[in-house]
Amino acid sequence: MITTLLYSLTGMVLFGMGLFTLIVHSHPLRKILAVNVMATGVFLILVATAYIPFGKGAIDPVPHAMVLTGIVVSVSVTALALILACRLQETSNLDLRAKTKQSSNTKESGT
Amino acid sequence: MKTGKVIMGQTRNRHKRLDWIQRLFLLLVLCLTTLLGVILCSSPETAPGLADAVAHLQGRSGVESPVTAVLLNFRGYDTLLEVMVLLLAVIGAWSLTKAPLPDQITDISPVQLGVVRLLVPVMCLVAAYLVWQGSHLAGGAFQGGAIIGAAGVLLLVSELPWLRDIPPLPLRIGLVLGPLVFVGTALFCLLWTGNLLGYPEGAGGWLILLIEAACALSIGLTLALLFAGGRPENELVKADKQTDFPCNRESL
Repeated sequence: MITTLLYSLTGMVLFGMGLFTLIVHSHPLRKILAVNVMATGVFLILVATAYIPFGKGAIDPVPHAMVLTGIVVSVSVTALALILACRLQETSNLDLRAKTKQSSNTKESGT
Repeated sequence: MKTGKVIMGQTRNRHKRLDWIQRLFLLLVLCLTTLLGVILCSSPETAPGLADAVAHLQGRSGVESPVTAVLLNFRGYDTLLEVMVLLLAVIGAWSLTKAPLPDQITDISPVQLGVVRLLVPVMCLVAAYLVWQGSHLAGGAFQGGAIIGAAGVLLLVSELPWLRDIPPLPLRIGLVLGPLVFVGTALFCLLWTGNLLGYPEGAGGWLILLIEAACALSIGLTLALLFAGGRPENELVKADKQTDFPCNRESL
């Protein structure tokens, strides 16, 4: 009971830390890391609640199956988010440079 | 501390101290965490889960492991959709960038080459064993796929020169094999028994093993290709040179 509660509370603290970072920090990499930390917290809570101290089965298999697929899906989501963040950085920098050039050009032509 | 400062400098996050709205938000998050903690502490020790229902129907599922039974029999829809999510992630990644493989062929140290030669076959063997073991113990398509993905990551990290010459069509077929077998089995079961993924009596074990083997291969390839970070570089070049578009049609 104590162990399960410890796991659940740790997962909950991880969730809170991830949520705070997700909203406060603006950099995409930090946001992706924060979402991962939140997901880990949720997985920890699910696995801890799946534990049954005494009963017929040793575990509740439904949360375990959800965590199992959730881990693989979170890995793929992280990869896609990282690639999107990289593309965002490349394209936004190029756009910014082009816009600053354009605006300086128009200013010069206007004056 | 040193690395923390470097990262802070690079990411332009110069807020050493939180301003008032961040402090307010910190307070809100602390309240939420405390509330969740109170809920967790006050929840009953033996919550009414689905363990008894699963144990009751275990004999009819065709496998002995309860997690595999839930994953591929009782909640088969979920797993089918999650495999599709993985495929969508790869399609999204491939449509964004090319894989940043190094241009020049670097010398691989013989130690690394030996480690790769020893480890990759063993990893494939362990993955096959995990898929086989999934019917009665912990294991299955996702665990086996993770190990195949790790083997692929090992190959990618070693920067072996033949990685750029992987033919495009078998790669893509391997990528969609798992989802195709899964959907095919689901449709077969729909025609045979009238329920989507409602396995015919007695054939559940073999169908689950078939789906798991195909999905493990696809999941492993998916993870390795996501690590590669984009579509293979040689693919479009080859298609342009040959003016032959079977691989392009495959990608659509």
